[in-house]
Amino acid sequence: MTTGLPITPAADGPAADCVRELTRKDFQTPQEVRWCPGCGDFAILAQVQKLLPSLGIPRSQFVFVSGIGCSSRFPYYVNTYGFHTIHGRAPAVATGVKCANPDLSVWVVTGDGDSLSIGTNHLIHCLRRNVDVKILLFNNRIYGLTKGQYSPTSEFGKKTKSSPLGTIEQPIRPIQMALAAEATFVARTLASDTVHLSATLAAAAKHRGAAFVEILQNCRVFNDGAFDEMGSRGDVDLRIELVHGKPLRFGVNGAKGIIQKNLEPSVVDLSSDPASEANLLVHDQRASSPALASLLADLEPPDFPLTIGVFRDLERPTYDGLLQTQIASAVAQRGQGDLRKLLNAGTTWEVD
Amino acid sequence: MSSATKDEKDLIQVHHATVRFAGDSGDGMQLVGSQFADISSLAGNAIRTLPDFPSEIRAPTGTLAGVSGFQLCFADEDVTTPGDAPYVLVAMNPAALKVNVRDIEPGGIIVVNEDEFNAKNLQKAGYASNPLEDSSLSAFRVIPVAMTRLNDEATRESGLPKSQAARCRNFFALGLMLWLYDRPVQPLLEWLIKKFYKTPAVMAANAASLRAGYNYANTAELFRIHFHIAPAKLPKGRYRRLTGNEAAALGCVAAAHRAARPLVYASYPITPASEILHELSNHKEFDVRVIQAEDEIAACCAAIGASFGGAIGITGTSGPGLALKTEAIGLAVMTELPLVVIDVQRAGPSTGMPTKTEQADLLMSLFGRPGESPAVVLAAATPADCFHIAFEAVRLATKYMTPVLVLSDSFLANSAEPFAIPDPDELPDLRIVLPPAASGFAPYARNPETLARPWAAPGTPGMEHRIGGLEKEDVTGMVTYDAANHRKMVGLRQQKIAGIANDIPPAQVHGPASGKLLVVGWGSTHGAIAAAVRQLQAEGKPVSRVHLRYINPLPRNLGEVFSGFETILVLENNLGQLKTLLCSQFKGDIRACNKVEGRPFLIREVRAAIEEII
Ligand code: SF4
Repeated sequence: MTTGLPITPAADGPAADCVRELTRKDFQTPQEVRWCPGCGDFAILAQVQKLLPSLGIPRSQFVFVSGIGCSSRFPYYVNTYGFHTIHGRAPAVATGVKCANPDLSVWVVTGDGDSLSIGTNHLIHCLRRNVDVKILLFNNRIYGLTKGQYSPTSEFGKKTKSSPLGTIEQPIRPIQMALAAEATFVARTLASDTVHLSATLAAAAKHRGAAFVEILQNCRVFNDGAFDEMGSRGDVDLRIELVHGKPLRFGVNGAKGIIQKNLEPSVVDLSSDPASEANLLVHDQRASSPALASLLADLEPPDFPLTIGVFRDLERPTYDGLLQTQIASAVAQRGQGDLRKLLNAGTTWEVD
Repeated sequence: MSSATKDEKDLIQVHHATVRFAGDSGDGMQLVGSQFADISSLAGNAIRTLPDFPSEIRAPTGTLAGVSGFQLCFADEDVTTPGDAPYVLVAMNPAALKVNVRDIEPGGIIVVNEDEFNAKNLQKAGYASNPLEDSSLSAFRVIPVAMTRLNDEATRESGLPKSQAARCRNFFALGLMLWLYDRPVQPLLEWLIKKFYKTPAVMAANAASLRAGYNYANTAELFRIHFHIAPAKLPKGRYRRLTGNEAAALGCVAAAHRAARPLVYASYPITPASEILHELSNHKEFDVRVIQAEDEIAACCAAIGASFGGAIGITGTSGPGLALKTEAIGLAVMTELPLVVIDVQRAGPSTGMPTKTEQADLLMSLFGRPGESPAVVLAAATPADCFHIAFEAVRLATKYMTPVLVLSDSFLANSAEPFAIPDPDELPDLRIVLPPAASGFAPYARNPETLARPWAAPGTPGMEHRIGGLEKEDVTGMVTYDAANHRKMVGLRQQKIAGIANDIPPAQVHGPASGKLLVVGWGSTHGAIAAAVRQLQAEGKPVSRVHLRYINPLPRNLGEVFSGFETILVLENNLGQLKTLLCSQFKGDIRACNKVEGRPFLIREVRAAIEEII
């Protein structure tokens, strides 16, 4: 259905940018990029700028909404519509944007402090409502913009400026949280692994509904090397890529695998125990129960490899879609709103 | 004339009356109160109503906490408050009597359902002895009526089981009141037919009880006299009765409709603003998109997002919620997006008294944001004015690209008055035409007249741009911390709001334009001030009044108006917030009269405050 928005067409004709093929350059802005040299954010920006022109969506239909933090500078660097909002609230603002105009392709860029601390509430509710927005959470496990305090995803015991003796907090698990909120698309990737990153972003873009992507991103200045060993150039024993319908194998030549017994996962070495191959867990990103996804999201070094990929990808009605459906059915039942009728409803009387 | 057998000598002409119906929350007092209001409206009276709901959701029956009331004032002249003190109280049980007796005008009439004054109910209401039998009510004319028994008899033939028929008692009481104020029964019988056509037994029982009450009053010589109130001289037109919250909701719908944009109303449930949320949820055919957000902050942020997205973004709340929205409103100031925030004020601080009225969020609305953060602040004067103020808020927000805070309060939200139904085609056209995309669109290039920046919503080709909470360079909207630019932008934001003074009506003085005393009011104090000043003026006292619907900016002629008076008296339901503001801008003898009790001013209190000065 149309949105009824009174859009004045551009003087130079409808959507000039639709006519020709868009390129990565079309999504770059003159604003100087202000991240520290070597920051993981650059790679994500580059992959997003590469992805957008491939989606067949006019440039003017994209909206990037962010909160506060290093990552939240992102919208300034993407030449579309952008809104750098306030700390933690990007999912709420994005919900409003999407409800105002469901035809837009709305993206949220946020960080671990922004969306897992001050704005956790909004993230959870945006996911559970299944608002059709793509949420990219840059997780560097540290507060960068405020110069190096521990974040809600920092490992227990981590020493930072605000925790000189080590943190005494258990970290929040973003994927677990998204699954608990019944998010319909949940994925994890690494900023340093361009191939995996770009595939994951493409999958999120394709999803209709709330898509949650945790991107492990290196903070060069305050938490350098946090994800090096799980990166594409790291230890193959420390990462496992989820592939829908495929058994969970990793390590050199896929020699290792994951099995479970009573929901307790364990690693098997297939070279010494080939019989276990039949028992390997098989990934199913379309399972309606989040149980398997949750079990996989739990796997972490040092005892397990880190799971990356799409944990969950389900079709469910979106919030903005249902909102439009209710409006359409009200119009079908009562007719297009007639202001005169509305104002004159109920008991009225005439004075003359 | 309602009765052929009536002795005309007994019918006394009066100008106005204040009646309160009170009973247990299950007694249907709101229903009969509003029916009585409708009948009086149809009879051409001016009218104001005010319900008084118990603050607990399900208080035990018969207890003081469970008492629900409905007061109305109706007259042959302009009515601006629900009345200082009821002349007639209908009390359906001892608790209702106990809670309300202190408000009754001395010499007034108390009609009680005497059947409910049994030992158990008296004890629940905390009466040591039966007030109908001791001398405690000697200041009033007490009229005990065996309503329970009379209703039982009247409804026997209806076919309703006895327990259900007992619930028609409120219509018996209404029948009594119809006779007392010389109102016809017929329109109510017709209403009952319409309302209960699916349940004929309920209809028959209510109708029988209503008639029985009316006839009983007529024949049993309960009242020696009864009253007639002639139609008021209201301006010509079609009317309906609206509460402030209903009016505000309709104002939002009407404004979005006239702006030809979808309305996105994002709100978190909060007393006393929730009715706006409920009302708007019912108008989806107007493309009203209601978001019940996870919290107050999200509600405000979603409304801002909606505005950015090109819709009319509105959020509604009360004081505690406004506090939470603070940072987001600042974002709307910085990004210069239209946003309407309706604050239905209640008694604070903190949770305070959620169902009680107050006007203490004024300075928070004006200044309660970090940084130099100017926003438009409007205040509705009457329940019906909530419609016009909400509409005006959308007009200013979209024309000037600014947040607009609308102050209502619990008193306005719940009380009702006749609303002169406007012709929708005559409401201002709020469509905003975006200038065509030139090459080099600039998000902060301002309209030279309004200083508004362009409202280029996502989806508009050629106008892609970024906005945000960081300071922006003038015209280009690029992020910058440049000192001169910041000074300029702070000035521009301030100037833009100040300039709105040229787009709003000047302050209008009611009464002589100069003299001894000018009474200044804002918001819901309008009713009591208007009535008190009118009375005193009729008595020849040197007093005038002005009522502020625009608080920021103030009407441009206000200083000039003030200069005509020796003393300015500011009345408000707070400790002097508007007074503080006025003192900061105007010289002169500016005094305050404050009431902070969770209740609106009474007319007599305003009179007393004025008389102390003149
Ligand atoms: S502080 Fe860390 S996260 Fe922030 S820009 Fe610098 S490297 Fe990137």
